Amino acid sequence: MFDDRYTVAHKIYPYERSPDQDKASAVRHPVVIVGGGPVGIATALDLGQQGVPVLVLDDHEGIGQGSRAICFSKRSLEIADRYGCAGPMIDKGVVWNLGKVFHRDEKVFEFNLLPEEGHKYPAFINLQQPYFERFMVDRLRQLQAAGAPIQLRGKNRVDGIEVHDDHVVLEVMTPDGPYSLEADWLVACDGANSPLRTRLGYEFTGKVFQDSFLIADIRMTGDTEFPTERWFWFEPSHGQGASTLLHKQPDGVWRVDFQIGWDIDRKEEMKEDNIRRRLDAFLGPVRYEIVWSSIYTFQSKRMARFRHGPVIFAGDAAHQVSPFGARGANSGMQDADNLGWKLGLVVQGKAPAKLLDSYSDERVHGADENILNSTRSTDFITPKSEISKIFRDAVLGLARTVAFARPLVNSGRLSVPCVYDGLSLNGPDALTGGPARTRVGAPMVDAPAGDDWLLGLLGGDFRLMTIDAEAPERLEVDRITVTRVALSAKGNPDLAARYLGDATSAVYLMRPDQHVAARWPGFDAAEVTRALKIATRRA
Amino acid sequence: MMTPLNTEPNIANPDDFYARLLAAHEGRSKAESDALNARLVLILCNHIGDTDVLGQAIDLAAEG
Ligand SMILES: Cc1cc2nc3c(=O)[nH]c(=O)nc-3n(C[C@H](O)[C@H](O)[C@H](O)COP(=O)(O)OP(=O)(O)OC[C@H]3O[C@@H](n4cnc5c(N)ncnc54)[C@H](O)[C@@H]3O)c2cc1C
Repeated sequence: MFDDRYTVAHKIYPYERSPDQDKASAVRHPVVIVGGGPVGIATALDLGQQGVPVLVLDDHEGIGQGSRAICFSKRSLEIADRYGCAGPMIDKGVVWNLGKVFHRDEKVFEFNLLPEEGHKYPAFINLQQPYFERFMVDRLRQLQAAGAPIQLRGKNRVDGIEVHDDHVVLEVMTPDGPYSLEADWLVACDGANSPLRTRLGYEFTGKVFQDSFLIADIRMTGDTEFPTERWFWFEPSHGQGASTLLHKQPDGVWRVDFQIGWDIDRKEEMKEDNIRRRLDAFLGPVRYEIVWSSIYTFQSKRMARFRHGPVIFAGDAAHQVSPFGARGANSGMQDADNLGWKLGLVVQGKAPAKLLDSYSDERVHGADENILNSTRSTDFITPKSEISKIFRDAVLGLARTVAFARPLVNSGRLSVPCVYDGLSLNGPDALTGGPARTRVGAPMVDAPAGDDWLLGLLGGDFRLMTIDAEAPERLEVDRITVTRVALSAKGNPDLAARYLGDATSAVYLMRPDQHVAARWPGFDAAEVTRALKIATRRA
Repeated sequence: MMTPLNTEPNIANPDDFYARLLAAHEGRSKAESDALNARLVLILCNHIGDTDVLGQAIDLAAEG
């Protein structure tokens, strides 16, 4: 009656009977999260760290086997840092910077993520998704041990939902049978096929791409080593697909990804002999074992809005993109980052519920950016028409010999955090000459700060960052406390370049998700108060 | 101010130019010619660079 839909790699939240199951009537929780994938767990960490009681329900007893995501962005690591679990990710992950693009085996283009100095985290690491998730669950256990009000229940599958104006009622299935629960707020992080979204009948529209990709994660067992670079072939001469990707992961594992077309026999293709036939044609005489393989197709879709009364959607449940650009899990982490503080303030009665509509507005904006970029990459990698293939091949042909064509080559534009330009929580951008990259709506950019890193110093609350400017140490507006982080740009050229530009002093109001809420050349209590009210929808 | 697309005659020896364009296609298959045209479009677009002008040119071409 309760079968797993996939094999569990790390069984780290085995089913345990909860006292809620023995109550005569449904127990009410402030926040229930459905789905213990990366986005559900990240959201739980965010709320739990704020002291907001949160319950996560997942229909398995641990983390699924097989790495879907492998590329995690700097922004995801910075968010994980705020949650206290970036350390093991960076220790385990593989840092890479160089990407090479080949067309019919000839190199046409090379890019370097060009790590800018003065950041705690690199532009990208490669790490198998099960590790990424595991490190977050380990952190969740640490927080629990320290008294954070987080619960995680394995083999608790949500089978039914009833939505009321101010709460939901859930029907939860367990190995001991069903029980009911209530929640003031429900965060649906139940993945791309979101049973909750389907059950509630919300539309999920966009494009389906007509191509299939065969992934094989392999471990080299001989002496063969490939460099720690991202290699991408268009029309490789080995003939085993219209494109091929090779990318390194930890534990000596390599991701190979073949584009194998739309009309395929899945079962046939998944046979080990057939996978090996492709790999052998590609790799030549090397020895390897297959760690994991899968065939995937993809879509670019999103919900019209991510909040429906007390039900909030996040991660793949709310939006889906093609994997080119590594924008799935990375954008889901930004969802958690964006939602956590807002839901925290609302649950604590410090902000009105309409603040949560800004979560939808901001993350819909992010999803559109991700869908746009990943759709463009997909159109280049899998041209839809004869003429788009002609232009694609023309670009690749020219890129070998002339520089101008190289920026047109698109084998995936890698995830960068979204800037909430022109959206409703933004306060004044009054810093004349201030750098564009830290404009209002942008995520704060890391920089060295003494022996520390700026983002670590700023943390996850409202902050007033002053650079060579005076301001009170503490400010309280409607029960929300803003504390000051005082810095000087003298002897810190990175800080000056990233936050002052042509200005000589600056005051930044930062949101708890480390996005810029407002900035000025100097402190003015009335201005900061006004911006804080805007950022919390109290204005 | 947006630079207007030049739709006035701008090529010194139109017949020479036209002959040169056709000569480049001489003896090529349809597929080779399509590829050549695509390369030519990309090369010229990059030379122009100005996205406003390119936009107007694409619109004019799309009108047919
Ligand atoms: C081939 C491939 C490569 C990718 N590469 C990258 C990459 O390099 N970088 C990147 O950022 N992203 C990548 N992605 C995307 C990434 O894997 C997803 O975006 C990410 O897993 C989404 O996380 P999530 O928490 O929203 O959903 P999921 O990880 O799908 O988690 C959903 C959870 O909800 C549970 N659940 C479902 N229904 C119920 C229910 N009724 N009751 C209780 N629990 C339920 C599920 O069991 C699961 O644990 C890739 C995806 C694919 C397919």
